[in-house]
Amino acid sequence: MSTATTRARAESAVVEPSPALPAHLADATTDESSLRRFLLGLPGVDPVGIEQRAAGLATRSIKRESKLAAIDLAISMVDLTTLEGADTVGKVRNLSRKAMLPDPDHPDTPRTAAVCVYPDLAAVAVDELRGSGVKVASVATMFPSGRSSLEVKLADARLAVDAGADEVDMVIDRGAFLSGRFGQVFEQIRAIKEVCGPARLKVILETGELATYDNVRRASWLALLAGGDFIKTSTGKVSPAATLPVTHVMLQAVKDWKAQTGEQRAVKPAGGIRTSKDAIRYLVAVKEVAGVEWLDPHYFRFGASSVLNDLIMQRRTQLEGHYSGPDYVTVD
Amino acid sequence: MDWDYAPAPESSAIAGIRDRYLPFVNGEFVEGNGADLDTINPGRAERLATVSTTTAEDVDRAVAAARRAYQRVWSRMSGAERGKYLFRIARGIAERSRELAVVETLDNGKPIKETRDFDVPTAAQHFFYHAGWADKLQHLGLGPAPAALGVAGQVIPWNFPLLMASWKIAPALAAGNTVVIKPAETTPLSILVLAEIIADADLPPGVVNIVTGAGDVGEALVTHPGIDKVAFTGSTAVGRRIQHQLAGTGRKLTLELGGKGANIVFDDAAQDQAIEGIVNGIFFNQGQVCCAGSRLLVQESIAEEFTDRLKDRVETLRVGDPLDKNTDVGAINSAAQLGRIKDLVAAGAAEGADLWSSSCPLPSNGYYLSPTIFTSATPSMRISREEIFGPVLTTLTFRTPEEALSKANNSAYGLSAGVWTEKGSRAMGMAAGLRAGVIWDNTFNRFDPAASFGGYKESGFGREGGPSGLAAYLETDDEAVLGGSRSRTAKDEGATL
Repeated sequence: MSTATTRARAESAVVEPSPALPAHLADATTDESSLRRFLLGLPGVDPVGIEQRAAGLATRSIKRESKLAAIDLAISMVDLTTLEGADTVGKVRNLSRKAMLPDPDHPDTPRTAAVCVYPDLAAVAVDELRGSGVKVASVATMFPSGRSSLEVKLADARLAVDAGADEVDMVIDRGAFLSGRFGQVFEQIRAIKEVCGPARLKVILETGELATYDNVRRASWLALLAGGDFIKTSTGKVSPAATLPVTHVMLQAVKDWKAQTGEQRAVKPAGGIRTSKDAIRYLVAVKEVAGVEWLDPHYFRFGASSVLNDLIMQRRTQLEGHYSGPDYVTVD
Repeated sequence: MDWDYAPAPESSAIAGIRDRYLPFVNGEFVEGNGADLDTINPGRAERLATVSTTTAEDVDRAVAAARRAYQRVWSRMSGAERGKYLFRIARGIAERSRELAVVETLDNGKPIKETRDFDVPTAAQHFFYHAGWADKLQHLGLGPAPAALGVAGQVIPWNFPLLMASWKIAPALAAGNTVVIKPAETTPLSILVLAEIIADADLPPGVVNIVTGAGDVGEALVTHPGIDKVAFTGSTAVGRRIQHQLAGTGRKLTLELGGKGANIVFDDAAQDQAIEGIVNGIFFNQGQVCCAGSRLLVQESIAEEFTDRLKDRVETLRVGDPLDKNTDVGAINSAAQLGRIKDLVAAGAAEGADLWSSSCPLPSNGYYLSPTIFTSATPSMRISREEIFGPVLTTLTFRTPEEALSKANNSAYGLSAGVWTEKGSRAMGMAAGLRAGVIWDNTFNRFDPAASFGGYKESGFGREGGPSGLAAYLETDDEAVLGGSRSRTAKDEGATL
């Protein structure tokens, strides 16, 4: 696709309906105004109610064997992440080894779901992880701000895909979204999805900047309509990052999407999840808001690195009957 | 992956249930003259403890003790001093909250997460709130010097035993009255633990007396000539009888009776939260709530999808051992109550409403019922008119706000209602037109000691909670108080949308 046509499509924001969608959803994407009508017509989210429900579910008591099962499940859902300007080849190698063998003293500890790095380091992770089953995810589209032209974003995504990334994490243009240019956001997601090819696309909504739960719901539907495989809360560079109520809204969106299309999409809260207790609260939400079929690393991920060591320590506590502390877990 | 939570039972040992409990009269636990009564743990359908019950003779003694305490001590004490006792009781409840939560769950059958997170903290709040009023009665807006009535006779139901006790005792004491109170015969334990807290707070003997037993004891209490004020919470049938018996005696009466609350969902509502509110409205305390939102009215344009989503959500409710911290819906209070609910469910099915109930597994011992929803109920069916007092929701549809209003008000009751809409003007318009004592906007079953609670029509009269709740325990400038309530009624009649 030439640069000129890309720009023209993005600006006119007139898009072709996706053939896979049921008629009412396909109609929603025929032009900017129908997209707008559809998104603004979604049922609202009552902030008091959603926060009350999230707080209520967070009081579930998880004990004994269910706790160990939850810890193992959470470990298998971690996208082990390093997204620093100071990242090096060595750092990415260490992280990849850790993803394959999170706890050397307990080799039965599950592997993490993926390793998530910047595009220029994706090839290093691909090399290290070959044959392990651990996926390589790479952030693209001028992560974390997303502030650049579509050509630059596409090139960034292409870099990740060409390096062999299995998953691409893109950020949406929050400026366009907040000023109501839904068509532009939609088209950018579609364009990146095309570049991804077989790689799965995670669409980062940066919910901390969207400000309202209504916006989170609209952005979730926008990303699903445009073909995002995952909807992801945050880059981890903006506070607040993932919260339980926001994740509830997104889980409800993928559940509704499945009810209407038969297609199961995935959710990834990222940032701010630091302890096993936090992680287990998210699993409870996955189970009770979306359903048990989402309790699978293919459909739910944690974008967090610090949570892995806490999960490993809690796992050891469960198995060994005592807490041994951070010196017994690798820092990588 | 199929991951389920391991059972997380709270230890029943925390309750320290004793084998036998005694009524509390004149500051002491004394043997009643009635026959012993077993109280049953409905979660397991087995005996929990034995309670000594009282007779009319014991009621005489209790009323006499309350009168003595009123005349010699309580009415002479300053409000600030009374407040200190109330604060002390509130702290006592907070200190023994875990024990009280387990006692209540064992005796009543409601889930521990509700006793732990709602019943006990709200009971403590009632004492804290009213303690603050005890020395400020002249600022209630009820005249310059509102005075206590004397001895209050109170009868409370089995659905919120500890909370109802606190909700009745705290305002009565704050206003300067003394109390004789009778808990329901199926749930006498938590109030007898509260009696220990009251005794530990060094409350003067006779200020609070607790008589135990069934309806005959309640009747002896409310008809006792030594009583100045009667407050009753329970069934409409009993309330009606009490009103007959008290007519012409000049004694003050408040009745808080049954309900058949409507939850009205408009098509612009925040649907997922409306569903949470409806679930909370009818499955909280197994639906054994007088202000339960037992009639769901959904706008026709979203009815089908909404009901499907609701069923989906109800399917995730965990029904089971009330002591398990992960249980959402516990046991029905008694075998008799379970029987009544089942009869009404059978009537609904026989009258042709579509019956749906959750597929959740139920424990083999104890009194349990799956959360149940009747769709396509019509207003003429018994299940749409009668209070079921169980986890059974009936749904009707409507097309316009006027229709919603007329269907919601088309009930012998008028205790509560819920309105679900994102449009503020519509919520306000509905609230003005609904004939119900409590109207929740985009929420349900929220309680606060500062908010008054009470009903219209067969749901009773009088208010509990807030300044108007205190007014029911005070000799006041009636013209000011009644004038206010009359103008509100007139406004309701003329309300438009």
